[in-house]
Amino acid sequence: MSKREMNWAAIDADPRFQALHRKKTTFLWGLMIFSVIYYFLLPIGAAYYQDLFKIKVWGVVNVGILFALSEFVVAWTIAYVYSKKANAEFDTMAQEIINDAHKMGA
Amino acid sequence: MRPSYNKLALSAIALLASSTAFAAGGGAVADEFKWMTFAVFGVIIAITMAITFWAARTTHTTSEFYAAGRSVSGIQNGWAIAGDYLSAASFLGIAGLISLYGYDGCMYSVGWLVAYITVLLVIAEPCRNIGKYTMGDILAFRNDPKKTKTVAALSTITVSTFYLTAQMVGGGVLIKTLIGIDYEISVIGVGVLMLVYVVFGGMKATTWVQITKAVLLVVASILLVALVWAPYGFSLPGYLQAVVSDPDVQGQVSKLLGDKAANMTPEELGQRFLEPGLFLKSPIDQISLGMALVLGTAGMPHILMRFFTVPTAQAARLSVIWAMGIIGGFYVLTLFLGTGAAMLVGPAKIASVDAGGNMAGPLLAQFLGGGENSMLGNLFLAFVAAVAFATIVAVVAGLVLAAASAMAHDIYVGVIRGEHATPQEQVTAARVSSVIVGIMAITVGILAKGQNVAHLVALAFAVAASSNLPAVFLTLYWKKCNTTGIILGMLVGAITAIGLVMISPNMTYPKAVISGAKKVLEGEAAQPAKLAQAAEGGFICELFAVSGCKKAEPAKPEQAAKLGAPEKLAKLQEKLPTLTDAKDLEKARKDIAGLEKSIKKAEEDLKKMEGQTTSMMGLEKPFFLLKNPGLISIPLGFLMVILGSLLTRDKRAEDMWDELYVRQNTGINAEAASAH
Repeated sequence: MSKREMNWAAIDADPRFQALHRKKTTFLWGLMIFSVIYYFLLPIGAAYYQDLFKIKVWGVVNVGILFALSEFVVAWTIAYVYSKKANAEFDTMAQEIINDAHKMGA
Repeated sequence: MRPSYNKLALSAIALLASSTAFAAGGGAVADEFKWMTFAVFGVIIAITMAITFWAARTTHTTSEFYAAGRSVSGIQNGWAIAGDYLSAASFLGIAGLISLYGYDGCMYSVGWLVAYITVLLVIAEPCRNIGKYTMGDILAFRNDPKKTKTVAALSTITVSTFYLTAQMVGGGVLIKTLIGIDYEISVIGVGVLMLVYVVFGGMKATTWVQITKAVLLVVASILLVALVWAPYGFSLPGYLQAVVSDPDVQGQVSKLLGDKAANMTPEELGQRFLEPGLFLKSPIDQISLGMALVLGTAGMPHILMRFFTVPTAQAARLSVIWAMGIIGGFYVLTLFLGTGAAMLVGPAKIASVDAGGNMAGPLLAQFLGGGENSMLGNLFLAFVAAVAFATIVAVVAGLVLAAASAMAHDIYVGVIRGEHATPQEQVTAARVSSVIVGIMAITVGILAKGQNVAHLVALAFAVAASSNLPAVFLTLYWKKCNTTGIILGMLVGAITAIGLVMISPNMTYPKAVISGAKKVLEGEAAQPAKLAQAAEGGFICELFAVSGCKKAEPAKPEQAAKLGAPEKLAKLQEKLPTLTDAKDLEKARKDIAGLEKSIKKAEEDLKKMEGQTTSMMGLEKPFFLLKNPGLISIPLGFLMVILGSLLTRDKRAEDMWDELYVRQNTGINAEAASAH
């Protein structure tokens, strides 16, 4: 693909681009904030809620171990949710903009 | 510059020869089985050399050298990221921490995976869409190219050098502990090998060496975990029940808890291994480290660079998903490797070979294969040792490439030549820079022999999180961000992070070392019981040792006087001839050896610290109380980028915003893959 001169301001102002921007921003920030909070619950819980972490729930397996393992599951789930959404929605929206990009602001 | 294949072949042979020639005594592998280790090492070196030979034939342009022609697939890149990221510290170190401290070690591993969420959500795709070869390219997009490239290159080289030094020193020690090759020889061996990959094969060879290493690592771990877990029918509670019932594990907990363990039953002691608090003490330090990991990984130049090797943003996304699967899966496996080693090998034995627990994985492999004197056990050990070796080389190669690209592409081509260099000159500059960085890494590795470098990894992440990430993140997502902000934020972030570590407990404080050594030699007087004391002075006192603060002190039970080690030794030696039972005799001999070792170490410490009263920074004790500076330096880095941007106007940064924002979201005009 050769580099083309584009009217970037016009693409930025296009309602479809604005819609993509809004959707992406809300979705990404939501996921990011959730994952950061969920992650920091682990050291906080391990330091201040040790009695909770010590409760045995499955043989010798306690809440702390299950919570630590859940961190992995949650991280993978976030990755899956994001890629699903990006592949299905963001990519299609971006492709439409790319197809019409050279016409915008011309 | 055409790579010379003869030279390549020659250096491979020389390396193979040197690794067998210097098979000195010592190390975890018994002498009679060393040939096996070298055979496995030889096979791995041969494979990576073949890869380099193949990659060198298609590495001629800058895009090929720095970015493998942007032809790496998403899945391949995912494996390569895992290979780049899972250093010996995570492969051996985390399994070791788990084997010695149980739950806390496992908790420590979580942050390394969560870090990739930041990479996936905010960094990978935009960087692929607007980046070229380096972090400097991203920052220069809408800011003053010369200024931002200079600062970006400085930061890249700083971060990579910290990380590189930790890897070289750690690698040298590791190879010595495993097979007894001299430290210097290992450092030079690792350095030369990595240089061959990078100089001749560029990013393509580096990528495939990393993929090979990641596959070996995952296969080795799965095999070991299957052997550990299978006897319990792959049941998690069943397996952990066996771990907590193990007398070695219970003994370790009792040792860690000291007097507190006196009233606990063996079951309680075992269960305590699965509960938090045996290793990590300060939750604030934990959070500070967590911040550095979660934000620092996304600012690591060698990780950022991997996203320039794939053809599209979609491939970049896919590569992070794969990397998260591999890295996360690997850390779940280390949970079993660590607890398995604790149960089967025993924490006492693991710590006797290496105090940090680094030998937990290798010793577990040896045990599972049939033990110290069995052929299969030593073959397993050889294989794990070789994987550790491949790990070091692969990580080091990625780091050298990142530092060299900053030097050649940002500084030489971008700043000195003002972007006017022929493609030929650019590739030559890249190769020359790689050699410079490689020689530097070898030199620093040898000079840093015997130094405690563990904190350098944390420091590299802290600098990346406080300097690189705020700059990259804000230039990508904040319209008002500009050159002044980036320069101010990067400099303040990096300097704060480094400065805080220099006055933190990570440094060596002669007074503490001397008093510790004296306690060993002269013993301790009896201590009366102490009541717990609450901290006074508020939050700031948790961070800094300022006057008016009182640290919280836990209650301490009464403590009897302890004898000095030489006295204990004399008593034991007196007792030795009276012992008749073989078991007692062996125990006494072991204790004597242990005491002699600690006396020697204490004496060496005293000699080293003689006449010194303050640390490098002129402090008698740490002023900053956290081991990790992230909690302060990361917000400060962000704040300075924002402040600098708001205080100045930069027309180019504003004019280019639309283009940057549209391009990072759509991939229009992104650097295309080169066709082969």
